[in-house]
Amino acid sequence: MFAVLRDLIRYNAEFTIGLILVGIVAIFAALSFFSPVDPTQIYLAIPDQPPSAQYWFGTNSRGQDLFWQLSAAFKNSLIFGITVAVLSRIISIAVGLAAGYLGGWVDRVLMFINDIFVAVPIFPILVLFYFVLRNHMDSFTMALIMACFGWPFDARLIRSVALGLKHREFTRHAVFAGMSTRKVLLEEHLPYVMPIVFSTFMNNMLWSIGMEVTLAVLGFTNINNPTIGTVLYWANSHSAMVVGVWWWVLIPVILIVITFVGLFLLAVSMNEYIDPRSRLRRMGA
Amino acid sequence: MGDNILEVEALKAYYQMSYFGVNREVRAVDGITMNVKRREVYGIAGESSSGKTSFIKVLAAAIRPPLRVIAGSATYDFGGKPTDVTVATPAEIDAIRWRHLSYIMQGSMSTLNPVRRIGRIFEDFAARPLGLSGSAFRQRVVEHLGHLKLPPSVLNAYPHELSGGMRQRVTIGLATVGKPDFIIADEPTTALDVVVQKDVLSLIKNLQTEMGSSIVFVTHDMSVHANIADRIGIIYAGRLVEEAPTRALFTAPKHPYSAHLVASLPRIGDTTQRPALEGRPPSLAAPPAGCRFHPRCPLAIDKCKTEAPPLLAVGPDHRSACWRAADVEPLVPGHGRVGVTA
Amino acid sequence: MSALLEVADVGKRFQMGGILGRQEVRAVDEVSFAIAADKPEIFTIIGESGSGKTTLARMILGLERPSSGRILFRGEPVHHENKADRLKFMANVQPVFQNPFEAFNPLKRVDRYLQSTARRYLGARDKAAIEAAMDGALQKVGLSLAEIAGRFPHELSGGQLQRVAIARALIPNPPLLIADEPVSMVDASLRMAIVNLLKALRDDFGVSVIYITHDLATAYYISDRLIIMQKGRVVEMGPARAVLDNPEHPYSQLLKASVLSADDAGAGNLKPANELLQFSNDRLSRADASRLEERADGRRVRV
Repeated sequence: MFAVLRDLIRYNAEFTIGLILVGIVAIFAALSFFSPVDPTQIYLAIPDQPPSAQYWFGTNSRGQDLFWQLSAAFKNSLIFGITVAVLSRIISIAVGLAAGYLGGWVDRVLMFINDIFVAVPIFPILVLFYFVLRNHMDSFTMALIMACFGWPFDARLIRSVALGLKHREFTRHAVFAGMSTRKVLLEEHLPYVMPIVFSTFMNNMLWSIGMEVTLAVLGFTNINNPTIGTVLYWANSHSAMVVGVWWWVLIPVILIVITFVGLFLLAVSMNEYIDPRSRLRRMGA
Repeated sequence: MGDNILEVEALKAYYQMSYFGVNREVRAVDGITMNVKRREVYGIAGESSSGKTSFIKVLAAAIRPPLRVIAGSATYDFGGKPTDVTVATPAEIDAIRWRHLSYIMQGSMSTLNPVRRIGRIFEDFAARPLGLSGSAFRQRVVEHLGHLKLPPSVLNAYPHELSGGMRQRVTIGLATVGKPDFIIADEPTTALDVVVQKDVLSLIKNLQTEMGSSIVFVTHDMSVHANIADRIGIIYAGRLVEEAPTRALFTAPKHPYSAHLVASLPRIGDTTQRPALEGRPPSLAAPPAGCRFHPRCPLAIDKCKTEAPPLLAVGPDHRSACWRAADVEPLVPGHGRVGVTA
Repeated sequence: MSALLEVADVGKRFQMGGILGRQEVRAVDEVSFAIAADKPEIFTIIGESGSGKTTLARMILGLERPSSGRILFRGEPVHHENKADRLKFMANVQPVFQNPFEAFNPLKRVDRYLQSTARRYLGARDKAAIEAAMDGALQKVGLSLAEIAGRFPHELSGGQLQRVAIARALIPNPPLLIADEPVSMVDASLRMAIVNLLKALRDDFGVSVIYITHDLATAYYISDRLIIMQKGRVVEMGPARAVLDNPEHPYSQLLKASVLSADDAGAGNLKPANELLQFSNDRLSRADASRLEERADGRRVRV
């Protein structure tokens, strides 16, 4: 695993740049664990201070130090994105592999459900949940809801790979070697879909963080919880650009772009994932 | 060039790849010299990953990276100016393709676009090279399909509506409608049932006689070679190890590998124990030194491990690359054994 | 004679086509044969694509249910709904796969298939027992555990892989192997190694093999008895040598005439047997009213 990572870093520029960008953001977000201030409190600092030696990212109109505010916001948003991605990956792997391998009525039922989730528009549903739950709508609840909507396309993708694997001779061989269905799916087929899982993992994070920002900017989330979206929400509601507090908008946007570009590059280069050294050996055959 | 339509001179074609910082060179074709005469069926036999596919890629002028021609030439003479496909420009290749040089592919289902009718496929591929259009082209195609025992109605059919044998005949028709002088046939009958296989083979043979073309016929099935080829070249690990007229190759092979290929063929009416060849074909990325067959060879001596034997004449039209060619025993029919003495 | 495997009047019909124009295809039609328990043999099923030979193999392996007739293994039906019964049956009847390079997951070590087999069928729990079972089976095919332990498929040759695959099938000591076209995808130099191995399994270890092929030459070389199938029907069956030396049914004659022989090397014998093709198609068109008739030399021919 480490050797794979090392080879990818050494020979794949996209992966290296992506890793550095995401690494910067991740370290920045991790700093919030050592934050000297509570990011949910307001008027702890002088409002509207431009970036300076004391306040690196300046302060906002609500009297918060933007450095620690954004650090907490990125931590929350990244955790949110990872939660959505992990949960929806689990669903899409389970559905995709089972539908592809078992086929028959299992496949038909799962794909029917799959298509319903593809067809239902997620945005109004999330707004509806917000209206019902109001301030009970915390990050985790929202992650759960989004995970329920984030899997169907990838499940179809995984199913199409599993369909091909089902008819490969090694699958039949495994069955006659007495392996159980669970074992066939997890040990024989899962390694083949891992590249898809990794690359869609990044895409899914991009999607869910983007969705969270959209909702938050419109005020459809718990606005007291610092996230990338709620930072922008408050900036907007205080007309930050109009009153000249440009750093309140510009700095988070730069960080978002870094995050998204980093995740995108990782997603692209993950296609190279399947153990490059075994590929090398196969090349010589 | 005179009598020869194709002359291949010390051809070397390697796959050169750079992957995760490791440079890798696969010597798929490593110094092959041979020629094909006019009106001749030249059979090429070899195991999978012996380099025979790369060799015919070069012959078909389909040389694309990572495959590169390192040295040598492959020159066609179609009457006009000879064309060396290893250096020819795309325009020069286009000028000979279809009218002079054609290619019958292996999988008839993947060659034919499933959503186009056969007639349209013919237009897509052959109308421009032939310089015909409309009814003149259609007439030419219908006439040609007649030679292949196909009714004109197949032109209105989709590929999946035809049987496997019919589809393979359509692909053959597609490759030969321009009456090419030189046809490369890559395992054209491997996927077919025995009855259909014989039918298709006889069709190819008849077409070849009628049109006076030359064919390079590639297959790993020696019994197909026995019946269609005039001469056979055996490729092992990127090199031509033996070349002989068909009859001579089957009755008096002069290389232990070809002797084995011939001896291991089962025959109806003969149940004597057939030998199997131990070991595996060498990796073309790191082939063994000396003669590449020596690790599996029952006749190997010390010299074989260090010095690669040249392809030398051992009889009329018969060349073999073996230090002990004289010791390879002729096969006694009915006694399937590798030609080994002492 | 107690029967190891008894195939009695087995038929398989498939529904083809959509909602409109449904068509019934008889993939296998009234096939009967038996393999004795006390006399190991190689029993060959010869047929072209569409002859129903693969469907028949799948039914014998219990992967598909016959539409009519029955298949009994040691007196019991081969199709089991119950998982434990199915496992017990699979221990006795194992398949040999077509392509050795495809039979192993390229991302996994080859020995895990053997381990799984030893664990599931023999109930072997401790490491020593599993390894003993693996090594024993590998010895039968001329390999040893030391040679293949921890290896990935791409590190082994095609011949080694096919032998490992066969060794895997041999771990539960099955009396019957089903080999569906085990040599059609492999190179000539490998083909005879596999065919010879099947022969050795019969002679040295008393394993019966159902060898399914379209290749008459290897069938002649190794089989004791054979059946020739055309469009789901048996057209001729009996002792392999007698039938192939002198086929009686026009279709069998057509198959034999279509085999390309190296004896004709250089002579270019490619004349299609059109007359035989005509005969065999005639027979096929009247096949509904036909039946198998016994001959003096033990063969049965469809007339």
